[in-house]
Formats: sequence, C-alpha cells, structure tokens
Amino acid sequence: MSDTTILAAAPSGAAVVAPAARGPWANAWHKLRRDRAAMVAATVLVLIALACIAAPIYATQVSGFDPFASNLDAMLNIDGADVAVMQPDEGGLGLNPVAPTWRAQYFLGGDGQGRDVAARLLYGGRSSLIIASGATVLTLGLAGLLGIVAGFFGGAVDTLLSRFLDILWAFPIYLLAISLSIVLINQSIDIGPFSFDSGSLMFPILIIGIIYVPYVARPIRGVVLGLARGDFVLASRALGVPPSRILVRDILPNVMTTLIVFAPLMMALNMLTESALSFLSIGVQPPNASWGTIIEDGQNLIYTRPLVAIAPGLCIVFTVLALNVLGDGVRDALDPRAKLRVGDK
Amino acid sequence: MTYKTLLAASACATLLAAGAAHAADNRAALLKAHSGGTLKLTAAAGGGTMDPQINYETKGWELFASVYDGLVSFQKTGGSNSDIVVPDIAEALPKPEDGGKTYTFKIRQGIKFSNGQELTTKDVVASFQRIFKVNNPNAGAWYNSIVGGDACLKEGAAATCTLEGGISADEAAHTVTFHLTAPSAEFFYQLATPFASILPADTAGKDLGTTPPPGTGAYMIASYDPNTMMKLARNPHFKEWDAAAQPQGYVDEIDYAFGMQDEAEVTAVLNGQQDWMFDEKPLDRLGELGSKHKDLVHIQNLLAYYYMPFNVRMAPFDNAKARLAVAYAVDRKAVVNLFGGQNLGSTLCQQLPVGMDGHEPYCPFTKGGSATTTKWTAPDMEKAKQLVKESGTAGAKVTLISSDKQVEKSMAEYLVGVLRQLGYDAQLKAISSNAQFNYIQNTNNKVQVSLTDWFQDYPAPSDFLNVLFSCGAFHEGSDNSINISGYCNKDVDGLISQALATAVTDPKAAVAMWAKIDKRITDDVPDVSLFQPKLVDLVSKRVGNYTFSDQYHTLYSQLWVK
Repeated sequence: MSDTTILAAAPSGAAVVAPAARGPWANAWHKLRRDRAAMVAATVLVLIALACIAAPIYATQVSGFDPFASNLDAMLNIDGADVAVMQPDEGGLGLNPVAPTWRAQYFLGGDGQGRDVAARLLYGGRSSLIIASGATVLTLGLAGLLGIVAGFFGGAVDTLLSRFLDILWAFPIYLLAISLSIVLINQSIDIGPFSFDSGSLMFPILIIGIIYVPYVARPIRGVVLGLARGDFVLASRALGVPPSRILVRDILPNVMTTLIVFAPLMMALNMLTESALSFLSIGVQPPNASWGTIIEDGQNLIYTRPLVAIAPGLCIVFTVLALNVLGDGVRDALDPRAKLRVGDK
Repeated sequence: MTYKTLLAASACATLLAAGAAHAADNRAALLKAHSGGTLKLTAAAGGGTMDPQINYETKGWELFASVYDGLVSFQKTGGSNSDIVVPDIAEALPKPEDGGKTYTFKIRQGIKFSNGQELTTKDVVASFQRIFKVNNPNAGAWYNSIVGGDACLKEGAAATCTLEGGISADEAAHTVTFHLTAPSAEFFYQLATPFASILPADTAGKDLGTTPPPGTGAYMIASYDPNTMMKLARNPHFKEWDAAAQPQGYVDEIDYAFGMQDEAEVTAVLNGQQDWMFDEKPLDRLGELGSKHKDLVHIQNLLAYYYMPFNVRMAPFDNAKARLAVAYAVDRKAVVNLFGGQNLGSTLCQQLPVGMDGHEPYCPFTKGGSATTTKWTAPDMEKAKQLVKESGTAGAKVTLISSDKQVEKSMAEYLVGVLRQLGYDAQLKAISSNAQFNYIQNTNNKVQVSLTDWFQDYPAPSDFLNVLFSCGAFHEGSDNSINISGYCNKDVDGLISQALATAVTDPKAAVAMWAKIDKRITDDVPDVSLFQPKLVDLVSKRVGNYTFSDQYHTLYSQLWVK
C-alpha cells in the first residue's frame, strides 16, 4: 500500500503527492528519526547493548579466562613471552596486575584479583543495563498506576496516595536506597513460585525501581488531573461510558507518551544510582560485576592501573549521556510542549 | 672465687655501670633535643572501646602501651628485648613462693594516675577484680589461674567478684599477694598485657566505651571520638620511674585521626600531613613504597597469622569434612599475593607461626599432603570437592564475614570464590573494621566463617592455642569470645593444661607438648590457617627514633618529630 495520496484536483493537471495523515506514533517516530543527535545516541546505546550481550562470547572465545574467578597464578603469552597476570613489583613489595595488553586477552589489563577487566566490563555492562532497564520498567509501571488512579479518582484515594508518595519523596533518595540495600541485599526472598537468592539482580532492581516511583507518579498524576477535566473525558462521562473504559481508551494513551518520555531519562538516573550503590558494595554483589563494582575494584588500583576505574566510568558517562540525549529527542518527538524533567516536583 | 675473677667481675660491673650511665646521659640528651611537637597518627576506623581491660585489638594495645601500666610490663624497646618482662608498677619481679603458686609484689610509691590520684594497693586489687566484672576476653583462659577466678566466672558472679583467697593487699607494706590455683609459667606475661592495667579502684565495673579511665603512663587520652579523632596529651602527673617499663615520651601531643581511607592515609604520610598510619598499606602503593620511599618504610617480622575461623557449631562447618575440604581448596599462595606478595607473607597450615616455641612445620592440607608433610605447595581442589561431596553439604548457603579493609576484603573475595568452586552458595559480607572483630566472636550473629588475624599477646604458644581454641575462651552470646570457632575439645583442653603445668618445671618438654597440640588442632580444622604476615610500617620524613616492639608494635612515645 502506498503511503501517499493522489490529489485529484491538482492544478495544471499534474498529480501532486502529499504526505498522508500520520498517526501520533508514526509522527513521533518521524520526528525522532530527523533528530540526528537522538539517532546518534540511539546508535551508541545499541552498540553498547550489543557489546554487553556478547560478553560470554568475548569471555570464552577471545579472552579465555573466567571473569568471575580469581586468576592470581594465571600466565599470558604476549608476543611469544610468558607474562604473569599478577607481577611482582620491582621494589620488592606488592604485586601489580598486568597492564593493558591491547590484545585479545587482557585488552584493558587485569584487576586486583587477576581478572580480565575487558571481559568484566562487558559483563558489568549487562548487569548495569539490566538493572537500569528493569528498575525503569518497575518505576514507570508503579508510578503510572499510582498516578493514574490518584489523578482520575481524586478525593480520598488521591489524598491517600499523594501523601504516601510525599512520605516516600521526603526521604533523601540515596539514604533510602542505601537503607533498603543494607536490609535486603544479603537476603534470600521467596515470593510464591519465585525465589530470589542473595546476590540476585532482582534486589537492586526492586530497590531502585521503588525509590523513584514518586518522582514519576507525581507528574503523571498532574497530567491525569488535567486530562480528567478535559472535554473528551467529560463527554465520555456524560455519555455514561464506564470509568474503566475511559481510563483505557482516553486517559492511558495520553499518559503513555509522558511515560515514554520518562523512560530514557529514568534509565539514565537508575544507571547512576545502581553504579553508586554497587560502588558502595550494596548493589551488585561479588563475584557479579557491574560498572559500579568495577570502579570500586579500580579504586584500589588507581595509582598503578587507573584504567580499571576509568574504563567503567567512561562507559557510564557515555551510556548516561546517550540516554539523556535520546530522552530529549523522545520528549521533543512525543510531547514537545512538556516541561517534565526528572526530579521536577 | 679467685682474686683475678673478682677483679674481672669488678671491671665488668664498672663497665656495665658506665655503659648504663652513658645510655642514660645519651637518652637525656636525646629527650632534650627532640622533645615537643605533635605526632599525627591516622587510621581508617576508631580504636573501639578504650577500656584497656576489654579492648583486644592491636590498635588499642599500641595506644595503651603509653597510657597504662601493669604490675609488670614488656620492656618498651625495639627488637628481641621487647619480649623481656620488667617490673613496672611493681618495684621488682617477685620470686615465686609456695611451689610457684604465690607471688608478692611490692608496689612503687609515688605513682599517680592522670587525674592526680595516687596509686595504692587498693587500686591493684580492684583492677584484678574488675577483669572479671567486665567479662575480660581472657578472664577464663588466663586470669582464672588466680584463686577465686573460676568462682567469678560463674553466671551472675562477675558483678560481685572479689577473687576471695586469690589476691590480698597489705597497705602498710605496699604489697599485693597473688595465690594461683597452680604454678604458671606465663603469669608474668599475662600481667604484662594491657588487660592487667592498674586502674583507679573506683572505676566502674562495665565497659567504659569511649570514656577512657585514668592511667599512669606517659600520656593520657584527653578526648576520643571513634568516628573522628583521639587526642593524647602528656600525663601531667607522670614522672619516669623506669625507662624500660614506661619511658618518658618525646612528643607533647599525639593526634590520632580516624576515617581516612588507606590510600589517602599513605598519601598523607608521604606528604607529611600525617606521621604514621595504622592500616595495611594498599596493594597499589606497595610498589611505590618499596622503590621510592624505602627510607620511610620499615618491614617487621610478626608472630601472627591470618586465618579463617569456622563456626564448628553451625552448618555447614559443623561437619569436619566440609572444613577439611576448605583447608585443601584454599590456594594459600594466592592469599599471600593478595596480601602483598612473598616478601610480605609466607604460607602457613598450622596455628603456631614460624619463630614461636612449639612450631614444628606441619602441612597436611596440600596437594599430595600427608601427616608428615611440612610445606604447603598447591591446593588440592579435586580432593576438596570429593570431601564436600562426602560431607553432603554442597549447595549450602555460606556467608563469609570480613572487614571492609581493602586488603582483607580482597582476600575474602578470593576465599568466597573458593567456597563457590566447592559448590557452596557463598557470599561475602564486609563490615566495618571497627566492628568486625567483635561481631564475628558473638554467636548471636550466627557467623559461619570469617577472615581475621591473630597477633601474639606474648611470646608463648599458649597465646595461640589456649587463647584461640580452649573451651574457656568460648563465651556464647558475647562479643568477647575470642575462641571464634567455638571449638571445644576436652581432650585438647586437657593437653593444654598439661603443657601449661609442664612449662613451669620443664620448658623444653612443654614446647614439645605444644607442638603436638598444634598438630592436633590443625587436624581438627576449627580454622584454616592461611599465612604468616609481615608488617609494613610507614612513617613520615620528620619521624625519628622509630621503635617497634614485638608486643606493642609501634611505640608512639618513642617517636619524635623534632
């Protein structure tokens, strides 16, 4: 089917091709595609995600070392010479992990446990991306539900939910995250058929996902409050359309764009939070890695092998930057009049 | 005695007296030239309780050496002389009476606490009663040798402990007499530790926490906040009575800052912002210290070991095969490497470190090891996995508790990896080094396995074997249960008692007995011995007269900064 319409009453007899009326989603996609910065950001994100997905391939086929086990006695062969992964210092005190080889094995060097930093960086990226995206889905899901219910039903329901969100919001965000992490991170939890062992990524997802709910729920509630007083909703009510149908047909589609605008921005924020928690040893637990834990590992080598800390730091910077640029692009494409920013009250 | 011999003896005595007089003159000159200034110390965490009768950490004992005195003391000097016991508050080391069961100490007169109160025999008696009142970690292992000690250890008896029949004072004669249940070769050693510090008689019979009691040492603790800073100032009432026991200090003040991380501590000392750091030196700075700052680094041999105590009363390590599996699986060389390499530690499979009486090299937990193997060569993971299988503990959840100190956390991370390789669902919990040592002792915390270290309190094998593994050193539900593993073997306890008794009359035979006990405990695997460390001490450029005691470690009072 053609995407164009032939206008019959075209002057000078020639057929004029005019753009067909696009739906809001197609229109947004069209705008987004024309946003070069957003497209570059999306490309960067896709490349990072693909690299992280390929982590096991890199570890097994390229590096050849288990990135989660200490390799303190391992030897490398560089240009025909055997090189110890952990090398005694010339001064006679201490051992240093192998420096970046810029080759397949130990491309970025080793860490304090003699592990391949490049392989851990890719695995760490997987954890960071999974946690950030999982927490984002959780935040948006919970915030969307609470915001819509509070804004649409109003009255006592709104008061109750809003005060609950206010209480949650009143806690300093990192203090709340750290408190939850300390309590939960070393626990094993069974919820019905699901069992989450200590060290499961589900814990940081839950913690980060919950702490940011008020930051999204409040703006969503505001949007819904406006929508609920809109003519089209009033008309539906007057026609006797049931509230559930109004919610699904009229409110949700309008809120969805706001939620989508929030998605990349929340993901960036979640990634930073995850890194901070992991850096403090209360996020991803060893031997798992995330970019935050690798920075923590690198902190101990900052004088001799600074790249161990710098590499994951750069990964976080590029990923968060790309998510923010993409987020701006998505916002412009979906809701150019929106003034929503994460953290706005 | 011939005339010539007398002449020679007189000449020697004259020379010795002249030497002593010269040393005294020399010391006086040094004190005059180098006194004053503020010594700045730093550590990542505070020193825990400042109650010298409770605190059982190196950080505390290093401080207490200059703040408190006992009846006797280890000589406050460097080198092997620091193992020698000298009279401190007592005028002389008394000769044992009653077949080694009675000691009468004459108390020096004129010694004052830092609050100006004069020390009397009442203070001495009360201090020994207080050891039991505050539930001293070694009350049941050391001081119960005093008659009445066992009665004080009974439940509910501590608060009213009088050591009836065990200690008495004669105020007029300024003497305090101890009666022991049996002769003890280590009684003086035990009196020389900070646990036996003499405190004012009215000191509360509870943990004093951050409010240190007055002492008689060269310095007093002027203020203490475990989160930020401790300040020590000269004790205004201190007059040196014996430099070997409690020497006059050089600096006027000692500031001990807490909260800086080890990396920052190294930088601060190298920059001269701090003069000395307590913590282990971070791995990535060791190379720099060894090559660029050799003149500021002092490497000290230690009679100490790092070990993994199992909780033998809790699954999965209540199973001997599970413990044995870990002993075989650990790559001790890897742990040494994580500590800083072969120059800073040597692998160890037993409890008694090299250099300690009773140490006979023994290492069955190595690849191809047997009861006659003396040296660790490599881990035996195959055998270890087989043992885990036989124990039926595979898949058990295990949490290893380490301190959050960088080096220890790094070693613990490796050890958790080993546990995982063995099939355990292992995880690491790193907690503040300020709290970890007491945390792992308390059975209420249900610690399954931990990583810690042990430094000698005094140069005797019992300080490792009796203190860490006797039934008397285990106190359920207490933070002061130094027998961390909860290992209690009545047979071993009997052997320990025999060795302690034999040491009084036949020290050589006792050493052989300690060697057997060491092997016996090693075979029971209440812990996995990992390695014997060396200590890397770092001082700033302005610090002089660095003095390291085997007992108290760095003697702050003997450092000068001018």
